[in-house]
Amino acid sequence: MDPKQGSQGGSRTPASAEAASGLAGAPVSRREVVRCGLVGAAGLLLSDRIGLAVPATTQPARAKAVIQIWMWGGPSHLDTFDPKPEAGNDYCGPLNKAIATNVDGIMIGELLPLLAKQADKYSIIRGMTHGVNAHETASYMVQSARMPGGREVYPSVGAVVSLFKGYDAGHQSLIPPYIVLTELQGRFSEAGFLGSRAKPFATGGDPGQSRFAVEGIVAQGISDERQRARRELLHKLDALERVMKDDPELVAWRQCEKQAYDLILGDAGKVFDLSQEKDDLRDRYGRTTFGQSCLMARRLVERGVPYVTINYKGWDTHKQHFQTVRRKLPEMDKGLATLLEDLSDRGLLDTTIVWWSGEFGRTPKVQWEPPWNGGRGHWGRVFSAVLAGGGFKGGRVVGASDAKGEAVKDRPVYPCDLIASMYELLGIDPDGKMPHPQGKTVRVTPSAEDGVSMGGRLKEIM
Amino acid sequence: MAPAARRTWGWLMDPSMISSVWLAAGRGRAAAPKAAVSPLESRADVEPTNPIDGLVFGRLKRLGIPPARLCSDAVFVRRACLDVIGTLPTAAEAKEFLLDRNPAKRSALIDRLLERDEFGDYWAMKWSDLLRVKSEFPINLWPNAVQAYHRWIQAGLRQNKPYDRFARELLTARGSNFRVPEVNFYRAVQGREPQAIAQTVALTFMGARAENWPKERLAGMAAFFSRLGYKSTAEWKEEIVFFDPGKVPDDKSPPAVFPDGTPARIPPDQDPREVFARWLIDPKNPWFARNIANRVWSWLLGRGVIHEPDDIRPDNPPTNPGVLTLLERELVSARWDLKRIYRLILNSTTYQLSSIPGSDHPDGPANFAHYPLRRLEAEVLIDAVCQITGTTEAYTSAIPEPFTFIPGDQRSIALADGSITSSFLELFGRPARDTGLESERNNRPTTAQRLHLLNSSHIQRKLERVRPAPSWGTPRGNPREAIEGLYLAILSRFPTEEELMIVRDSFRPGGGKGREALVDLAWALINSAEFSYRH
Repeated sequence: MDPKQGSQGGSRTPASAEAASGLAGAPVSRREVVRCGLVGAAGLLLSDRIGLAVPATTQPARAKAVIQIWMWGGPSHLDTFDPKPEAGNDYCGPLNKAIATNVDGIMIGELLPLLAKQADKYSIIRGMTHGVNAHETASYMVQSARMPGGREVYPSVGAVVSLFKGYDAGHQSLIPPYIVLTELQGRFSEAGFLGSRAKPFATGGDPGQSRFAVEGIVAQGISDERQRARRELLHKLDALERVMKDDPELVAWRQCEKQAYDLILGDAGKVFDLSQEKDDLRDRYGRTTFGQSCLMARRLVERGVPYVTINYKGWDTHKQHFQTVRRKLPEMDKGLATLLEDLSDRGLLDTTIVWWSGEFGRTPKVQWEPPWNGGRGHWGRVFSAVLAGGGFKGGRVVGASDAKGEAVKDRPVYPCDLIASMYELLGIDPDGKMPHPQGKTVRVTPSAEDGVSMGGRLKEIM
Repeated sequence: MAPAARRTWGWLMDPSMISSVWLAAGRGRAAAPKAAVSPLESRADVEPTNPIDGLVFGRLKRLGIPPARLCSDAVFVRRACLDVIGTLPTAAEAKEFLLDRNPAKRSALIDRLLERDEFGDYWAMKWSDLLRVKSEFPINLWPNAVQAYHRWIQAGLRQNKPYDRFARELLTARGSNFRVPEVNFYRAVQGREPQAIAQTVALTFMGARAENWPKERLAGMAAFFSRLGYKSTAEWKEEIVFFDPGKVPDDKSPPAVFPDGTPARIPPDQDPREVFARWLIDPKNPWFARNIANRVWSWLLGRGVIHEPDDIRPDNPPTNPGVLTLLERELVSARWDLKRIYRLILNSTTYQLSSIPGSDHPDGPANFAHYPLRRLEAEVLIDAVCQITGTTEAYTSAIPEPFTFIPGDQRSIALADGSITSSFLELFGRPARDTGLESERNNRPTTAQRLHLLNSSHIQRKLERVRPAPSWGTPRGNPREAIEGLYLAILSRFPTEEELMIVRDSFRPGGGKGREALVDLAWALINSAEFSYRH
């Protein structure tokens, strides 16, 4: 990231902060704000920026982007990256084998043979813990590094990274800096106190379909000719816009429209056209929603998007657990293994963090009794996460769970440890200040004084 | 000439009016009289109609700022419906109003709107933002408590419960969160420390950010909330909020002092919240009336006389103190009848000014020289699109169990629960209901929003369902009727002759092309700034 650009962005920001939230004591006319905000903004859209004074990222950054693979619902750690074949049938069920990887001494679950060949590229954190078994709260903790309660709702990692590495840091692309494939998590408000401007752009649609219909960008059944005719009609008819064309609100409105059409009809939206990729590579990722989402994430990162989340559904396996993971883990294996290999082949892995995690793990002891009949419940006491790229070393295991995968045996890692480590590699000072719409003093990650449990940053693999 | 007579003349000259009178007379396609002003403005003189106007125009005159023109009838019917009931007028409602020749039709409309059920829905949405009504994280009210609380708020607004009673009932509530809905006021505070409660009370009812107060003042106010107890029951997620006589303040606890510095005397067996509530709602308490008067003004006119409306402090003075004093007095003499204040503001010429500024004077907006453009709130916008296209939105909630399904015909402004949402509502800035700050709702336009309205399958599917109003009863294939029907349904006005000419070219009788043209016209009007903004 060009530090010069970052500081320019910062110097423009105060005016827009006042415009966005009216925080300033002195009244500033909207006209004046827009003048200050837009002059020299070179295509940046005032209203799409967070509108808060963002400190420049001063630390050297090794990572430029993050691909977050959100294992929505909580994946079993025993069946993925922390197998316990010795624990017996009550713990392993039918998945009682661990397989060797291309790194001596690292074993993973038997349904992940392709990831076994990429183990040199990632590290497994086996002592993740927070102790919470409720989806909502655990999702918040794992993705915000904070405990719930208190007066603030903190933003997610994606909102923070796109704040520090997005428009205010010189992100010039029309593609928004924080993309979610394909749907939002919903109840967990990703933006927290940063407000709706920090929310991700959710693509909608399904990249696994023959045409990825990104909601708003790719319309089905409307020809480019009709698009142009419509736009012309709109311009001829908009009475309010014509009489008030200088109104700052409408200036911003018009700019949004221009950018929207650059995405709809221009080249910028082509990033979502997966048919530009070779067929055999698409096959290697797997022609599934998840597989093609991984490919999509690579294309976005390649074009400078700093944060992409893949919300990967279907891991809340209370019932039919083993049937479900037998179906889903091979799909995950294919998508994630190919993503790591592809990023590496293109030299992108050095600057791209891949973060695989759910909100918690799953009950190590199989619930054979009805109504579960062989299911696994929620397990926040210990679970696994995977980190690759962007300065994280591969081929390592950090920490361990006990013999049955029920508690941390060695080196607990709390969400704030993992998140602070990612920030450090991204050049975002974890101890620095985060802008706040009410001007409150807020740290990027919590400190020990906040009463948050900590095990320290992941220096072992940085 | 008396103002009323002038304004009657003005309405006759209103182009949307002319067009409609002329249409009603059935004079075919002869050229309409030429409009001298845009369809958004009236040619009537701007004359004061009530005491608000004297104060606003007096100040504008001193500052040398010419006010905007009066808005047209078409703008007024749309604006009043959106502002009072959060609902777009239907084509029939708009047409009826435009054709109505009663010179007092604007105030008659205001009176009708204030009695509509949607008044309660829309303002309950606003209050639920401020009171943080949501079932889950981080405000964990739980679904059935949310429904009870929302119904309580909505019923109070529909019945026009006096505002002092509304505040007192919230502040002194005790009992079960399911059975005494107003106790959820305390459960919707993040944190149960007396200071956190005091901050929330100050924000909600005094428009003040107590975290910026001197420490002692906040501590003095917090003491009133130090004797609250919370306990669960055998019923799942039921919680009792109560006055705990066992929590007797000791010598070390700070004494209860009102925010104006007066020490409170509270007998040990009395709930100190009652003492605080009595102080708060006293007509002589400047904070209480000022906060609500300023908020109502800002809700209707887009910005507070003190701005932000929830940041009242000595170094943030009102731009027009007289207006606030007037509203405060009116409210007290009306025994806290909020609709009196709504009616007074809505009937003022100030409120009825056009949004097209009379000058580009930088102090115009803060002094209410014109009506400000504001993008429709997320819920209002999607309700309007649904109304125009005859479609609905599906809201469900999978967590917490049991699953919640919202009936298809329920409007988005009437959603009780901030935790039940949609990607549309999120995209268009519906607040998370985390803080209770007015600024949490974000109505600024973004590229992603534009993409959604211009080109999403969600909106396109709705547009495919658009039909020219069947009530028109005109021969099939008459494009003019279809075009007018869409204009009335979407923009609440008749098209101008110029617009008719532009649109008519793309309409050919019969065939799929005509249908496509109709959809494209609806698309263009829905994507106009005139539709997306209050103006």
